[in-house]
Amino acid sequence: MSDKTMSAEEAVGRLENGMTLGIGGWGSRRKPMALVRALLRTDVTDLTVVSYGGPDVGLLAAAGRIRKLVTAFVTLDSIPLEPHYRAARERGAFALMEVDEAMFMWGLHAAANRLPFLPVRAGLGSDVMRVNPGLRTVTSPYDDAEAFVAMPALRLDAALVHMNRADRLGNGQYLGPDPYFDDLFCEAADAAYVSCERMVDTADLTKEAAPQTLLLKRSSVTGVVETPGGAHFTSCVPDHDRDEAFQKLYATTPYAEFTERFLGGGEQDYQLAVQNWKKEQGQ
Amino acid sequence: MTVTRPPLLPPTRAEYCVIACADAWRDNGEVLASPMGLIPSVGARLAKRTFSPDLLLTDGEAMLVGLDGTVEGWLPYRQHLTMVTGGRRHVMMGASQIDRFGNQNISCVGDWAKPKRQLLGVRGGPVNSLNNPTSYWVPKHSARVFVEKVDMVCGVGYDRAAEAGPSATRFHRIPRVVSDLGVFDFATPDHSMRLTSLHPGVTVGQVREATGFALHLPDEVPYTREPTPEELELIREVIDPKGTRNREVRE
Repeated sequence: MSDKTMSAEEAVGRLENGMTLGIGGWGSRRKPMALVRALLRTDVTDLTVVSYGGPDVGLLAAAGRIRKLVTAFVTLDSIPLEPHYRAARERGAFALMEVDEAMFMWGLHAAANRLPFLPVRAGLGSDVMRVNPGLRTVTSPYDDAEAFVAMPALRLDAALVHMNRADRLGNGQYLGPDPYFDDLFCEAADAAYVSCERMVDTADLTKEAAPQTLLLKRSSVTGVVETPGGAHFTSCVPDHDRDEAFQKLYATTPYAEFTERFLGGGEQDYQLAVQNWKKEQGQ
Repeated sequence: MTVTRPPLLPPTRAEYCVIACADAWRDNGEVLASPMGLIPSVGARLAKRTFSPDLLLTDGEAMLVGLDGTVEGWLPYRQHLTMVTGGRRHVMMGASQIDRFGNQNISCVGDWAKPKRQLLGVRGGPVNSLNNPTSYWVPKHSARVFVEKVDMVCGVGYDRAAEAGPSATRFHRIPRVVSDLGVFDFATPDHSMRLTSLHPGVTVGQVREATGFALHLPDEVPYTREPTPEELELIREVIDPKGTRNREVRE
């Protein structure tokens, strides 16, 4: 069995301009931020990003890497509105496929199951149909003859997700309260890159945690990257909570200034800059 | 032995809002109460502590919890969405805009293609409104919120659901809208919004002034009911002892 470990640079080095890229997590929760930061250090652009959006979308939007966004929302959770996403939207910086949270989930399910669409009641009557003129409906062939939205598969060229633990083969484990939809992102993608707080031996995955925490199967994972603090500043419980103070800094600092101080170097430079900022704050 | 207690201070506006929200979940049975926003959260917990003990509540993340925080179940987002589509839930959402037929917007203000103000996005508005009872909470009633036409229909109103056909109307229901001025519903022949009660101290004129469309007004508008002494004590001493509700809605 193959060892799939790689660096964050190697993982994002496989991404290309114009790809459709799924990003796991939810809002400001367990986002693969180290992989997003690595992506920002490349020249890869013109992306179609598929995400339950948080600061991953904010950073990529501010950096001008998004051609089209597929989402139901973009939020920082404790700060309801994502400032960089808002600014990008208000200047019309990219195309948007805005769908409902459930439609989004069924789009991933359809892709993971190699179906062209799945029927969903959500969307009917709403302006999701107006702003996505390509959406079609489908009528039940049974006696009810109900009409539903035919949510198209959200097939991905690549997916980026962040786990609490993983082994070198690509088996991924979440230890927090919610798996979000990270397994679906991986299964919907041609290639999935998984970062993790800690790489462990396969046997250690189930030593202290129940087997149902094993969310990702190695058959749907292409590469594994060990990135301690790799979800920072989003939450990654039980390893760490959201860094609320730093998130507030992110949300209130002009993008160029934030980039210069925190995103100028590699991941180690980022983590060091964060530590230095915390020291300044007396934390 | 009887204990003499000092008389309770009269209810604040925020406390009328709390019980108006709580009443949304009256007689709902064993369903998930999903309050969004502070006063609806206090209201949902009040309902569970008093007249709707079978309600389910979450910790705001993935756990179903009792009133003392005891975990009684697991509800990650994907199962939460099944709770929505299965209908065993009554959500009270916020609304940046809402119109006379209950269409709600939390996505953006202005032209969707290049919005004047980008807000949250449609979130679960479409799935909520078509699948489980969806009420709304507006902490600051104004003509900027209660508009003739919303800029982006997220939560579906009665007219738009009817246009979209039987699959859209099958489970569609907007039990009530609560604002800092009063309580509203859509129990009119054309399902347009109706003023059902004024919070004490508010006049019909004030509501009219703060609403950007013609409301259906009954001949006599009652006041929102008084909280019981037990409800007031629960709100003030048990559920929200720090009085955060009075910061969301002032007198």
